Amino acid sequence: MKKINIKINGENRLVVVEPNDVLLDVLRDKLGVKSPKAGCERGDCGACAVLFNGKSVRSCLVFAIEADGQEIETIEGLSVNGKLSDLQEKFIEHNSFQCGYCAPGIIISATELLRSKQHPNIDEIKEAIAGNLCRCTGYTSIINAIVDVSKKQ
Amino acid sequence: MDKLRYIGKPEIRVDGREKMSGAAIYADDIDFGPDLLFAEIVESEYAHAIINSIDTSEAEKLPEVVKVITGKDFPFKFGLYMKDRFIFAQDRVRFIGEQVAVVVARCPKVAKRAVKLVKVNYTPLPALTNQMDALKEDAPLLHEGLENYNHVPWFFPKPKTNVAHWRKTIKGDIETAFADADYVLEDSYEVPRYSHCPIEPHVAIGKYDLSGRLTIWASSQSPHTQRHVFAEALAPLGITHKDVRVIAPHVGGGFGAKAGVTMEIVAAAIAMKVPGHPVKLLWSREKEFYNTYQRLGVKTKLKMGVKKDGKITAIKHELYWDAGAYVEYGANVVNAVGLSAIGPYNIPNVWIDSVCIYTNLPPGGAYRGFGYSEFLFGLESHITRIALHLGIDPIEMRKMNAIREGDLTAYGAHMNRNGLLEAIEKVEKEMKSEDFKPSSPNKVIGKGFSLFWKAPAMPPNAASSCFLKFNEDGSMNLLVSGMDIGQGYLTVMAQIAAEILGVPTSKIRVENPDTDRNPYEWQTVASHVTWGSGNAVLKAAIDAREKIFAVVERTLFMSKESLYLEDECVKCKNDPSFALPLKNFVINGIMMEDGTFKGGPILGSGVFLPEFSSTKADPDTSQGGHPNVHYTVGAACLFLEIDKETGKMKVLKVVEAIDCGKALNPDLVNGQIIGGIVQGLATVLYEDMRYSDKGKLLNANFTDYKIPTSKDIPDNIVPIIVEVAQPDGPFGARGMGEHTMLPIAPMIGNAIYEALGVRITSMPITAEKVFMAYSEKK
Repeated sequence: MKKINIKINGENRLVVVEPNDVLLDVLRDKLGVKSPKAGCERGDCGACAVLFNGKSVRSCLVFAIEADGQEIETIEGLSVNGKLSDLQEKFIEHNSFQCGYCAPGIIISATELLRSKQHPNIDEIKEAIAGNLCRCTGYTSIINAIVDVSKKQ
Repeated sequence: MDKLRYIGKPEIRVDGREKMSGAAIYADDIDFGPDLLFAEIVESEYAHAIINSIDTSEAEKLPEVVKVITGKDFPFKFGLYMKDRFIFAQDRVRFIGEQVAVVVARCPKVAKRAVKLVKVNYTPLPALTNQMDALKEDAPLLHEGLENYNHVPWFFPKPKTNVAHWRKTIKGDIETAFADADYVLEDSYEVPRYSHCPIEPHVAIGKYDLSGRLTIWASSQSPHTQRHVFAEALAPLGITHKDVRVIAPHVGGGFGAKAGVTMEIVAAAIAMKVPGHPVKLLWSREKEFYNTYQRLGVKTKLKMGVKKDGKITAIKHELYWDAGAYVEYGANVVNAVGLSAIGPYNIPNVWIDSVCIYTNLPPGGAYRGFGYSEFLFGLESHITRIALHLGIDPIEMRKMNAIREGDLTAYGAHMNRNGLLEAIEKVEKEMKSEDFKPSSPNKVIGKGFSLFWKAPAMPPNAASSCFLKFNEDGSMNLLVSGMDIGQGYLTVMAQIAAEILGVPTSKIRVENPDTDRNPYEWQTVASHVTWGSGNAVLKAAIDAREKIFAVVERTLFMSKESLYLEDECVKCKNDPSFALPLKNFVINGIMMEDGTFKGGPILGSGVFLPEFSSTKADPDTSQGGHPNVHYTVGAACLFLEIDKETGKMKVLKVVEAIDCGKALNPDLVNGQIIGGIVQGLATVLYEDMRYSDKGKLLNANFTDYKIPTSKDIPDNIVPIIVEVAQPDGPFGARGMGEHTMLPIAPMIGNAIYEALGVRITSMPITAEKVFMAYSEKK
C-alpha cells in the first residue's frame, strides 16, 4: 500500500494504491473518474485511453503507482467552465458516436493529435485513432469531426 | 403549420452532451458503495460432460469469500422463446464456458482466486461441434427432454433428435417448376459464427433488498423482457413482477448481444442468495466472446429454377443452423429465415427448410440482421450466377423479379408498399457513374451488386407504450422503454413528440428506462422501435395535444378544431394574434374570471400493438398467417480492388440505398448505413471465430479476432435514402438499422467473380481463400 499523488484534470489528488493496481481501476473505483472505460483490459480497444503527461496511454496497461507525481487528463477535464472543447462540440455536430462507449478514448487520442499537429491529413488522423476500436460508427463521422476542428485551428 | 419542423431534420442527438462530456453513466460506472460484492463464475472446461460432483469447500474457506452457489441452489429453467436453459448447469454441461457455479466475494481478485479452488468432477461425453454431425441418426442427444420443453406455439421441435425447431415454408409446386425451368442452379454455401463485439462487455448488478425487492442494473437491450424472464424463472422463490425492477443506463453497444437474457439472470439469481448486498457480475472480453449469444453458423443448399428470360420460377432453400447448446433465442432466428429466405423476390414456387440444430458450441442468438445476412450470401450470389449464365444483366434480372406491393410472400401474405425498384435504380445510376482504374498492373477491379430485405422478427403481440408529462416551463419528460443502443432512438422519439406538440427537442428529456417508472416496451431488437415505440410516442403526443385543446376550449371558449400548436404555444387558425404559451397552463391550469383554475398537469399516454399480426398458420407449409409486420428493402453495390498475386482486397467504394419509409433524422439514418456497412465488411473480410475440435473458442480477444479499425474502412461510402412511406409507421417510418449490413457478403462474392472469374461460397472471404481459388483456376 502506498499513498500517491496524481494530478487529475488539473486537481491534485491523494490516493492509496496497491503495487498491482492498474491506473484504470484506480481512476474509476478510487477517484471516481468514470469516462475511461474497460473494454478489453489488454490494450486492444483503447476505450481506457487517458493523457499521461500529455501522451495518450491505455490506462489498463499502466500501474497506478507509475502515475505518482504525474499528470493525467480525461475528457471530464476537457471542458472549461461547463463549455465543451471544440472537438467535443464537433463530435456532437457530426454524430461522431453512437453508443458513446469508445468516445472518451477516441477524443483523448484526437486531442493529443490536434495538440501536436494543427492540420493533420486524413492518413494521420486515421493513424492517430487506429488504436481505438469503435463498433458503431464505421469511423467516417469521427474522422470528419477531427478534420472540421483542424480546419478551424 | 403543415410543414414538418422536427421530423426529417438532422436534429442534434439528445444524448450528445452527456456522452461527449464524460457525464454519461453506463452500468459499470454506477457506484454501489463499500458493501458491493463481486461474482465470478466457474466455467465448464468441456463442451459436453456429465457433472458428477462439485466441491466448493476449499473456495468457501478463502477469507472474503461470501458464498459459493451451484446449480443445486437454482434448479429453474428460463428462456425467451423456448425454456431450454438452466440458470446454472445442473447435471450436464453443453458448451465450454457454461456457468457451473459462482463465487461471491468481497473483492474481485479474491473471487477470481476462489474460482480456481472449486473442484468439479466431470465425465466427458462426445461433443457435437458441427451441426451436420448433430443431425445424424446415431448422434448423441443433447436435450433428452426436448419434448417437455415449453416454447412459443410457432416452434416445432423434433423430439429424440437434436432438432430444436424446423420451420417449413411451402408454396406452389417446386418439382413441376424445376422440371419446366430452362435452367436450374444448385449449390451449397457456408457462413460461420460471428461475435457482436460491443466495446462495452456485458455487466449486471443485482440487489435483493431486505424487504424482498429485486433490482437489476444491466447493460441491456431488453429491460422489460428481462424483468419478465427474471420474474418467471425466480417465481419458485416467491418473486413476482412487481418485486422486480430493471434499470438500464446507457449501453455501450448491443447489436443483438444484449437482447433477451443471458448472463443477467445469473446476477439476478445470486443477488437473492446474498440479501441486502449489491452484487456485480462483469464479463471479461474473453467471456463476452464465448458466454453471450453468438451469431449462428449455417450451411445451406440452394436450388433455383428460372426461365430463359430470367424469371425465377422456383426456389428450394435448405438451411441447417448451428444454433449452439441452448436455442431459447436462436431458434427464432431460424424461424425468421424460414419465412423469408426467398429474398425480396416474387417467386411462385417455394420450399424452405430452416432447421435449428443443437450443438456443443455457445448458444446462438440475435445478431444485427437476425439470420438475413446469412441466407442472403448464398441467395444473392446465386442470382448473379444465374444472370451471368443466361447472359442477362444481373441488375436487370433483379428488377424483373423484384417483389412489389401486393405480391405474395413465401407464406402467402401480401408484400407491403416499398421502394425497391427506386433503390435499385438509384444505386445503378451511382454505380454506372463511377469508373475505377486499377492502381497497378497486377490489380483488378470488380463490382458487386446485391438486394436485401428484412422484417422485424417479433411475436404478434409485441407492444410499445409511452407516457408524456409536461413541466412548469413547458418542457417535458417523455417516458419510453426502448433502449438507445447508439442508433439514436431517444432523439427520434423526442422529434416525434416535438413535431406534434410544437416543442423543440432541446426541451424534451427522454432517457433510457427504469421498468418501475417507464411504461412497457417489449425489446429493442428487430429494428422495430422507431416504428413500434414511435407509434406509441405519436399517440401519447396526440393524446396530450387533445387534452391541451380541450382545456383551452372549455376555458377560453375557442373551438378545438381552430387550435394548433407551434413555437411552444397554442395558436388559433382564426385569430393570428392569439398565442397562449404552454408554460402558462400545462401544470397549473388556466385561470377563469372568478379566480378559479381549470385543467391541471397535462399528461399523455400512448400504446401500440400490431393488431394485424398473427403466427397462426399451417405448420407444414406456413401458409395462412401474417407473422411479419412489414419488410424494409434496399439495394447496394460495391467496388473491390484485388491484388492477383496475393488475393488482398481493398474496398474502394460502397453505395447503399435503403427504403426507410421516412428518414425521421437523415443524419442518424446515414450513420446506421455507414456503421452497418463497415460491420458487414468485417464479417466478410476480417472476422473469423476459430474453434478447436473439442469446441473451445481459440481467438476470444481483439488481437486474434479482428474488428475493423479506422484504417480498414472503405475510401468512400455513399448512403442513399429512399422514402416510400410505411402507411402504419410514425410519419411513414419503418426500421432500417440492422438492414444496412445485409448485402455486404454477396457483394464481395460477386465482385470477386467479376474481377477474377472465381466463385467463393464460404465466409469469411480472406485474401488466402481468394488467392487459392484464383491459383486453382489458373
